[in-house]
Amino acid sequence: MNAVRKEQVEVGQELPALKLPPITRTTLALFAGASGDHNPIHIDIDFAKSAGMPDVFAHGMLSMAYLGRFLTQWVPQSQLRHFAVRFSAITPVHAKLTCSGKVAELLERDGVALAKLEIGVVDEKGEVKLAGDALVALA
Amino acid sequence: MIDVRHIGLQLPTVSFEVERGRLRFFAKATGETRPEYLDEDAARAAGYRSLPAPPTFLMGADLDAGTMTTLLDQLGVPIGRILHGEQSFTYHAPVCAGDVLSVESRISDIYSKKGGALEFIVKDSVIKDTQGKTVVEVRSIIVVRNPQEKSA
Repeated sequence: MNAVRKEQVEVGQELPALKLPPITRTTLALFAGASGDHNPIHIDIDFAKSAGMPDVFAHGMLSMAYLGRFLTQWVPQSQLRHFAVRFSAITPVHAKLTCSGKVAELLERDGVALAKLEIGVVDEKGEVKLAGDALVALA
Repeated sequence: MIDVRHIGLQLPTVSFEVERGRLRFFAKATGETRPEYLDEDAARAAGYRSLPAPPTFLMGADLDAGTMTTLLDQLGVPIGRILHGEQSFTYHAPVCAGDVLSVESRISDIYSKKGGALEFIVKDSVIKDTQGKTVVEVRSIIVVRNPQEKSA
């Protein structure tokens, strides 16, 4: 993958979306192990119900990891400087997520050209699950 | 209510080794397809020392050490009541398989909203390499649901 160059980027430009397969219980079990987040609310329906939830739901960090994939399919990770999100809604099991984003601003800091991206994850109904921004250094 | 005297609390520094197998497991769990995250040769060809740790992978450093569980116990918060509010990472240098890192975390803020129905715990972590150089800074905001508290 080649570095994204300053002349290749303009404000308003959409990044290629990343559509994910439906989140299964297997996805949640694997992500619990791989991420180190063993909170039973994501993998044990008995526990989820005892905590007042109708079912298990996805780790917020799973959606953020997908958003990370979305970023690094566009720009090499070595160019990523900052990545921040706010989680706005719970993602139930079986949700079909899509990551998307666009270039919000071009700026320069300490002689380095940067692009600020507005990014987010929505489900199949268009409900926003998390939204945030990223800062990438441009070559 | 969580005691605000815990603001400023320094959590025990933990050590975290970025294991190659764990990176492959993380790639599988997140459906990763890009070769530099799956294959050592592809990672080197892309300019990394070894398989790179994906952007959110280092969350696992604290989680593995049980820092969060210990913290929740200390604050008297049941794990079934927490939600993730916000999360951010600031990257200073790439992290790759084989790296041994140290994680220093502190509670930088505790506040409540909606008459105590929601409480927020802000945790800041600095992740350093063996030379003591900061490679990644991490901020997590945890939301605690307190269903018994009514809005004022």
